[in-house]
Order: sequence, then C-alpha cells, then structure tokens
Amino acid sequence: MIPEVLRPFKNAFRKWVEEPVDRRYKERILAIPTQLNEYGYDPFGFDPEYTKWVVLVTAWLYKYYFRVELNNHSAIPQGRALLISNHSGQIPIDGLMIANGLFLEPDPPRAVRSMIERWVPTLPFVSTFMTRCGQVLGTPENARRLLLNEEALLVFPEGTRGINKTWYQRYRLETFGIGFMRLALEAETPIVPIAVVGAEEQLPTLVNFKPLAKFLGMPAFPITPFFPWLGPAGFIPLPTKYHIHFGEPMYFTGDPNDEDIVIERKVREVRTQVQTMINHGLKTRKGIFV
Amino acid sequence: MLITGISGGLGKLLARRLHRTECVHGIDTRPFKGKPKDVVVHNVDFRKKKVADLFRAGDIKAVFHLGAVFSPGLSAAESHEYNLTGTNRLLELCDRYNVPVVVILSSATTYGALPANHQYLTEDMPLLGGLRFPQIRALVEMDMLAQTFFWKHPHIRTIILRPSHIVGPTVRNALTYYMNLRRLPYLLGFNPQIQLVHEEDATQALELAYRHPDAKGVFNIAGAGALPVSTILDIIGHPTVPLLQPFAGMAMDALFKLGMTKIMAPEADYVKYVCMVDDSRARDILGYRPRYSLRDTIRDALYSI
Repeated sequence: MIPEVLRPFKNAFRKWVEEPVDRRYKERILAIPTQLNEYGYDPFGFDPEYTKWVVLVTAWLYKYYFRVELNNHSAIPQGRALLISNHSGQIPIDGLMIANGLFLEPDPPRAVRSMIERWVPTLPFVSTFMTRCGQVLGTPENARRLLLNEEALLVFPEGTRGINKTWYQRYRLETFGIGFMRLALEAETPIVPIAVVGAEEQLPTLVNFKPLAKFLGMPAFPITPFFPWLGPAGFIPLPTKYHIHFGEPMYFTGDPNDEDIVIERKVREVRTQVQTMINHGLKTRKGIFV
Repeated sequence: MLITGISGGLGKLLARRLHRTECVHGIDTRPFKGKPKDVVVHNVDFRKKKVADLFRAGDIKAVFHLGAVFSPGLSAAESHEYNLTGTNRLLELCDRYNVPVVVILSSATTYGALPANHQYLTEDMPLLGGLRFPQIRALVEMDMLAQTFFWKHPHIRTIILRPSHIVGPTVRNALTYYMNLRRLPYLLGFNPQIQLVHEEDATQALELAYRHPDAKGVFNIAGAGALPVSTILDIIGHPTVPLLQPFAGMAMDALFKLGMTKIMAPEADYVKYVCMVDDSRARDILGYRPRYSLRDTIRDALYSI
C-alpha cells in the first residue's frame, strides 16, 4: 500500500514500464498453476501480478549477473513437490535464483514457495513483500497445506548452518534437519534434490565471528575480503556463475510419526544424493566465474 | 427458544430468521427495535435470578448465547464479571433444566493475531488472543468455560461457533466502525489478509448449528474468502491515512482515552498480523456455505452507520 501522495508517480511508472513487462511475462504469469480468488490473491496472499515487477529485477540478476544455468529442470514433477537444496553464500540468493529459474524456464512455469522465519512478519514492508512474492511463514501446518494444494515447496534442510559456511567448509553439506522428510511422508510428496554450484564463492567467508554476531543481534558476522571493511557494501556478492542441477524425484513411503532413527535413514539418502550432485557439478564446471 | 443478547445485531437477525417457525424469547437490557410481534423480550440482565423463572416456566428447546458483551466502555473487571459469571450462571441453568441444545457465540479473534500464526487456524489451536490484548481475555475465558461445559455435560448438545470478523448493515463492532470512517487510517507496511463474514452468513451458521440433529463441539466460521487489508480499503474507496507503527500505538491509546475513537490500540494487531480460520469442519459437518461474495460483504458493511 502506498501513501496517496506517491500514487501519481506509481501510476506513471506503471504506464511506462507495464507494457514491455507484460509482453514478456504475462503469458507466464497466467500459466502458473495457482488457485487465485476473484481479486487475484491465492490463499496465502501470493499475488502473481505483483511478483512480475520483482521478476523484472531478479531476472536481470539471473541472466546477466549470475548467468544461471539450469540442468535437468524438467525432472520436477507436476503437482506437489518438495525441493531440497544445499544452502550457501551468506545471503539467500540461491533460493532466489532457483525460484526465478523455475518461473522463467520450464513450461508451464512453477511458482516456488519457500518458508520464512517467524520474526519476519513483525517487520513492516518486508513481511508484505515476502507474502506477495509467495513466501509463506514456516509452520508445519502451512507447509502441509501448500503441498496439499499441489504447490512446489523449497526447503533448505541445512538452515543457517549451511548459509553461513566458511571457505574451508565449502561444498561440504552440514547436517540436515529431518522435519522435511516427515512432511514429505505425511503429504505423500516426491522429493526433488537440487545442487547449487556457484553460490559458495559469491561471498567467500574466512571466519564467522559468532560472539560478535550474537552481540549485534545478527544471524552471523562473516569476515570476507569485503566485509566488514566496506561496510554494508561488503555484502554485495561477486558475479559467480551459478549452475543449478536438478535430480530425479525421490519417492519415500512410511509413517511420518516413525522414530527419528528411521526418518534419519531416509534423510541420509537425500543428503547423499545432493552431495553426489554437488561433487559432479564441481567436476564438470570450468571455473568459478565462467 | 431463548436468545440472550437478542437486541444486538446478530440477535435481531436470528430472531427474525426463526420467529416464524419457533417460539422465540429473548433476554437483553436493551430494547429490541422493530421486534416481530411473536417474539417475547424480557428486559432483564441475564445475571439476575429472574432468568431462572424463564427456564422454570417453559420448555426451552435451545439457548443461543449471543450476549457475551465485548464493549470498550466496560472496565476489565466489569467485563469479566458480566461475561464470565453471567455465562456460568446461564450454563448452570441450561444444565439444571435440561436444555437439549446450547449454541454459544465466541469469536475467531480469541485465537489472537500473532506473527507466528498458521495461515488458517483449526479448531484445536490454543486461544492466545489474551497475550497482547488483555481486554479480550474475558471472551477467551468464556470460550474456555463453554468448552468445559461441553465436556462435562455430554448429554447436552453444545456448539461453540468462532466466526471471523462479522460485518453487515445490522451488526456494530470495531471493524464495521472502522470501515465506515470517513478517513481510513492504516498501518504503513503491514497488509495481512483478513476474512470477513457477512452477518447473514453468520446467522445461517447459528441456525444450522441448531437444526443439525447431532453436531456438537467447536466450529470455525469463515466467509467467502480472504483479502488483504489494502484491497478492502481500495474497495471502500474512502481516503486513507498511513500511520507509522510505533507512533500508531501511542496515538490510538491517546485518542481512545479522549473518547475520540472506539477502537482500542491492541485491536490494530488484527490488521497487522494474520488471524484467519479454517472452516472445513463447519462446511463438512454443518453444511455451512457462505452465500455472500467478498464484494457484497464489503458493500453491505458500508451502509451500517
């Protein structure tokens, strides 16, 4: 919602930019399989029309900055899917690029939903922005509902352990949380393993200063060649080349309320698969920026 | 049958819907304007002993408790006393005189509008409305009282309805007051989705609860769908005033104390964070189907003041 004072500027901007944007993305937006009500919002507040504006910016990053290459994206089945990926790079650009890629390249396009943290809804503007782009609060009930609505859910089981990895731990998977497997079993959803190669080098971290991070209330305090020397500009990622590899869907059956040890066995299969895909991706790429 | 709070918006609608086929008696301290001729209204406070006479006299087929008052005018102590002891006494009478059906109107606002809420709350979620909103605690406790009554008396068919925000030309509450302001204030940066229930759909739910042969327990009631606050304000079309969040709280407290507004500061949470309910239980068991679309619901709410 924009204050009325700014509305004429907003309208002028829309008229100028909307036509070329629509030409490029209108068909894709209409083709996304979601359930929109008469006003264009889905049950979780996702607004594809709003998202097209965001895609305008992120598509540039996708095509020209990170020059993302998708491999085998047709492996994702239609209908419900749980996308499991490695997490890296200090800032969650990997999630952004996966979502972008799955909107721009496959036919029909998919609107990937990912989970946001509990404290995000308390932030003005950010909370609304995330909701309109299709991101959903990370509660198990919400996740189950999304999957039952045949949506694609992106989950990073490594969590913050993954994204705050240092240079020395790069491309080695951290421990996986096992919640996603219980969810997959309950909602009978195929798991699509994803390996993102190229995100680790975007903000090479030498050390993560945890005590200082806690003191400042930040999730992490990475020491990189650019941060904290260049201040907030130190968080601008390097233009590494992203290779996103999609694996064939994995189907699991079983009782979602099984003991941890049984679930962990299944999670290990997925983790091994993702690690294998990462290793393969590393071997076949020509260079970090190429 | 007996309707407490019959002179309130929903009470009037329910009485008008049922008076042709049932014998309707009502209890309210307020007069019932436009009362149909065959409805009997007893102008008494439902905490008084006289109410027992009503129970003793007739054979009451059902009691609809719509009388839980959530009025900003009452102090917390008064509200507590009025709602809790009053409801307690009423339920005791229902038990003593073997009323077969008791329908209690609660509210989805009892779940509380919290940042960590599920998008669609089901009936088994805890009622956390009182966490940030002390004034709603009486309503939360009344709901819990009703639940205890439900478990303790399995021979009585007790139904607790928790509708989302009810709006319409007849009901009067904080939301209808807000929607009819000439200048609509809103919190800058917050735009959650909210559900609106048309008052006729809420009345339909009350009637379905009574007519169903054996449904019992808690039922959430949602309307035709969910909309972001900004879309609702756009449909209303009045000029809007953005407020910055930290200052909004203080400003609202001040205005409320001066009597210039009827909305309490913590109520703003309901247009800040999500508090929506899943009404599949009502749809599957009671056969509830909202008949008014979102657009009609909003349009009807605009002629209420």
